[in-house]
Order: sequence, then structure tokens, then C-alpha cells
Amino acid sequence: MRARQAALPVLAVAAALVALWYAGAVALNWQVVAEGRARGGMPPDAWQTLAGTMSFARPLLPAPHQVAEEVWRTAFATPLTSRRSLLLHAWITLEAALAGLAIGVAAGVLVAAAIVHVRALQRSLMPWIIASQAIPVLALAPIVIVALGTLGLEGLLPKAIIAAYLCFFPVTIAMAKGLEAADPLARDLMRTYSASRAQVFWKLRLPASLPFLFASLKVAAAASVVGAIVAELPTGAQAGLGARLLAGSYFGQPLQIWAALVAAAVLSASLFGVLAATERLVARRMGMRA
Amino acid sequence: MITAGLALLVAAGFAVAIAAAHAGGGALLLPGLVVLVGLAAWLVQRLTRLGEGRGWRARAIALLAPLAFGAVLLALWEALVVGLAVPMVLLPAPSAIAARMAESAGLLAEDFVQTFLRAVLVGYALGGALGFLTALLVDRVPFLRRGLLPVANLVSALPVIGIAPIMVMWFGFDWPSKAAVVVVMTFFPMLVNTLAGLAAAGALERDLMRSYAATHAQTLRLLRLPAALPFVFTALKVNAPLALIGAIVAEFFGSPTVGMGFRITTEAGKLALDLVWAEIVVAAAAGSAFYGLVALAERAATFWHPSMRA
Repeated sequence: MRARQAALPVLAVAAALVALWYAGAVALNWQVVAEGRARGGMPPDAWQTLAGTMSFARPLLPAPHQVAEEVWRTAFATPLTSRRSLLLHAWITLEAALAGLAIGVAAGVLVAAAIVHVRALQRSLMPWIIASQAIPVLALAPIVIVALGTLGLEGLLPKAIIAAYLCFFPVTIAMAKGLEAADPLARDLMRTYSASRAQVFWKLRLPASLPFLFASLKVAAAASVVGAIVAELPTGAQAGLGARLLAGSYFGQPLQIWAALVAAAVLSASLFGVLAATERLVARRMGMRA
Repeated sequence: MITAGLALLVAAGFAVAIAAAHAGGGALLLPGLVVLVGLAAWLVQRLTRLGEGRGWRARAIALLAPLAFGAVLLALWEALVVGLAVPMVLLPAPSAIAARMAESAGLLAEDFVQTFLRAVLVGYALGGALGFLTALLVDRVPFLRRGLLPVANLVSALPVIGIAPIMVMWFGFDWPSKAAVVVVMTFFPMLVNTLAGLAAAGALERDLMRSYAATHAQTLRLLRLPAALPFVFTALKVNAPLALIGAIVAEFFGSPTVGMGFRITTEAGKLALDLVWAEIVVAAAAGSAFYGLVALAERAATFWHPSMRA
């Protein structure tokens, strides 16, 4: 009953958004379709024009069912090996995002551990890490691609590095906080046991930081998909969702753009979902209140 | 005293190393740099320890530690890149970037006006204002709040930047399409944060307002909006770098022949990496200054909040 109560407003808002979308599709495409009909010598007919706005091949705003059709056609009705397969492009982007996420999280946790243990690093490095948040990291993407390209590195790795760079900051900052978040009482207890630094780290600091880790992982997962997509833009990459977006933009294929957008949204949302589920599982195994 | 002497020694050492690197004496460079970095690390550690006390002197020294760290990093970069003759495509030396910035100042200024003063500022202001007003509206209608908040949370996890080609299709190549991308990117953080802020006023204070028979508008103006201010500023701070990134990346999808994102992609394609780095420096400086201004405004507007009085 409570679940239904919570779902009702969300469904209502979602339905309203879809209705708005249809209205927008009619409004935005009306003029182009009407002009096309006039050029073709067809009499002005409101119903025919309305139908035209729903199935226009190059609409300013495609109707939702057109986008769904395009996604279905390119994802499931196209062989996986075809260059038109949406699943293939999504997989290429996901691969880079996951590799970047792994590298970025590992680096972030390591740096955070170093910062927590060396006080001079905390005072001198931390302000730079925070200040670097203000730098438009994504603008560095073309540089990384070009520089690594001259070293002969192409394909997955440059994209993964850009995604990793984006994941690094949220994880570092959250973990620097999380590794210090252990209960002072528990820390005192460890001291009375004369636990070594390593023991305190593995048995107290790391477990206590897990909620912070998962919170930052969700941010990092979204960032990794953005990083992978943007990394596919400046190189004229041949494959990946970013390349689909760019090609759709250059060749005026709105349906292709929207399909790539939907795929990117599904990627982000499912990464987020998997992480949230893992978090619940880990929390339950550790006996925390979920 | 020892610290000041040490700082001078390290600075002089790096100056000699950089001069030697420029003169082509790379053989002694690496062992010399290792010693210098060791000294510098010790210096930063000392500054850190001196900066831990109270009073204005300790605070000034605490500010020096990260600055010293940055200066060492910059000097090391220059010495290594010049000394090892790293090709410019891989990484230009800071001096080369600075020279390029002086040379192309006019070009950089044009790009800055196009991308930052037009797309970023307009989009940031519009997106923030729209998000704030929507939050006020949604707050009045509980049904909308329960329905819209999960949707807004979902959108903030999506790669919104992908809408850039659609905005280019709708608003053309020039800066309005970039501003539109920035509007969409900044709208949702502002909406979500303002809604959280409007819920932040204490129940006791709200009861007090009700017992005074205050109207909705009065409660909003006198109690709930001031209580929401720290949250609004959080959104403004989150949005500042977001807006810059959005505008630059949106230019990757097509733009007139001016703009920071346009310059970065085209010059990277031509392997003119010093100009690309110069744009990055401008972007970083603009981004930091923007963020700093918002943070200062926050300090002035929410000086009463516990997080500001620490």
C-alpha cells in the first residue's frame, strides 16, 4: 500500500512529462511538416499535418514512440556486429566507463589513504585537489587523447583515463573524510589493544569508510559515463555513444541522437542501480542499518 | 628563520636547475632535482607544522604550505619538460604556455567573452533562477514534490551533456544553444537543493510562525527562505564548474569559429598544444574565480550559519 502511494505521484509526473513531450513534438514540428505539405502541393489539412508531426523522419523533436522505435530497431533488431547496432556502441562506451571507474576509484582510495596518514600531504595536497574541482576537467579530454595518441595509445585506454580522472576527485574527497570517520571510542579501543597502523586501517578505518565510499561511487559512476562519452567527441572516434551523438549532429539525424541519449541514460541508471544494490547488500552483511 | 633560509635555498636551487635545463645541461639534472624535491618536501612539512598554531601568523603560514607545494610542482614541471626535451605535443613547459598566452592574448579574450561572459553566465543565471522558482512552486504542491523529486534525482545522475547536439539543432550554432545546455545542467541541482533547503526550517520555528497567524508568504520570507539559503548556495557552488564544463563541451558539437571549446578541439587537432593549454589555464582561472566569488557571496549572506562560524 505504501509503495503504491509513493509510486502514484511519480507515475503522474512521468505521464505528464510524456504528454508534454507529445505536445512539444506537435508544436515544434508543425511548421516544418505544414511547409513540406504545401511544397508537395497537398491541401492544408490539420489532421494530416498532425499525423505528419508524429512520424516525421527528421523532426526537431521526435515523438516518444519514434524514439522508442528507433531504440528497439537499432538495439535489438540489428545484428550485434553491425556498425548500426546501438548495443555495440553502448558496450564500447560502457567498457571505457567501467575501466575508468576502476582506475579512478583505485587511485582515489590510495591517495585518500596517503592523505589520511601523512599530515603534510593533507595540508598541502588537499587544497589543490579541491581547487582542481573548479578546473573544467572535461576540457582536458582533447589534450589527453592527442598526447596519448602520439605515444601510440588509442582506443580504450585514453577514454578510460579521462573517465578515471573524473571519478578520482569525488572518491578521494569522500574517502579522505570517510577514513577519518571511525568512532573515536573505537579508535581508542584499538590503541588500548596496541593495534598497528595497518591493523587500524584494515579493521577500523576501511570498514567505517564504506558508506562514504558508496556515496562517492554513485557520483563517480555517473561521472565515468559522462567522461567516456565526452572522450569520444574530439577524436572523431568511430564508435561509442559519443561518436553516435556527434555523427547524428553532423548528418542531421535527430532520431540517432535521441536513441544514443536514451542508451546513455540507461547505462548511467543501471550503473547507479547496481551500485545501490551492492551498497544495500554490503550494509546488510556488515550488520548496518540500511 | 631556518625555514625562510631553506625556502630561499630551494627557490635558488630550482632557478639554477631550470636555467641549466634551458642551457642544455641535462646530465646533472636528475640527481639535482631529486635532492631539491627532498628539500622541498621537508620545507612543506615544516610549513605545515608551523601553520598549526593559532593567530594570524600561523594562518598566513598555513596558507603558504599549499602555495609552496604548487610552486614546487610548477618548477619541477618546467625543469623536467625542458631538461628531458619532452616534445610539446606531450606536455608543453609552463614557460612555453605563458609565452603563448602573452602572444595570443587577443584571441584568448575573444574566446573568453564568447564562452564565459555569454554562454556560461547567461545559462547559469537562467538555470539557477528557473530551478529556484520551480522549487518554490513545487513546495506549495506536495503531490508535485513527491512526484518530481525522484525524477529530478534521476536526471541528475544522467549524462545531461548529451543534449548538446539537440540544443544546437534548436537554437543554432551560436552561444544561445550553449547557454541552453547550461540551463538544463544547472536547473536540477538548484531544484533539488532548494527543495531540501525549504524543508530545513525547524518544526518549532514553524509552529511559532503559525501561532503568530503568519501567512504562507510571510513564513516563506521571514523563516523558510533564510533557512534555505545555505542549500541554495551549495547549488550555486556546485553549478559554477558545471556551467563552465557544459558550455565548453557543448562547443565540441559545433559552434561559430570562436569560443574556448571550439579552440580547444581545433587546436588540439592541429597539435598546437601550447594554445590548448593556454585556453585551459584561462578556463581554470575563470572557473576558480567564479567559484571563489560565489563562496565569498555565501560567506556574506549566510554568516550566521554554524558552518561559517567555525
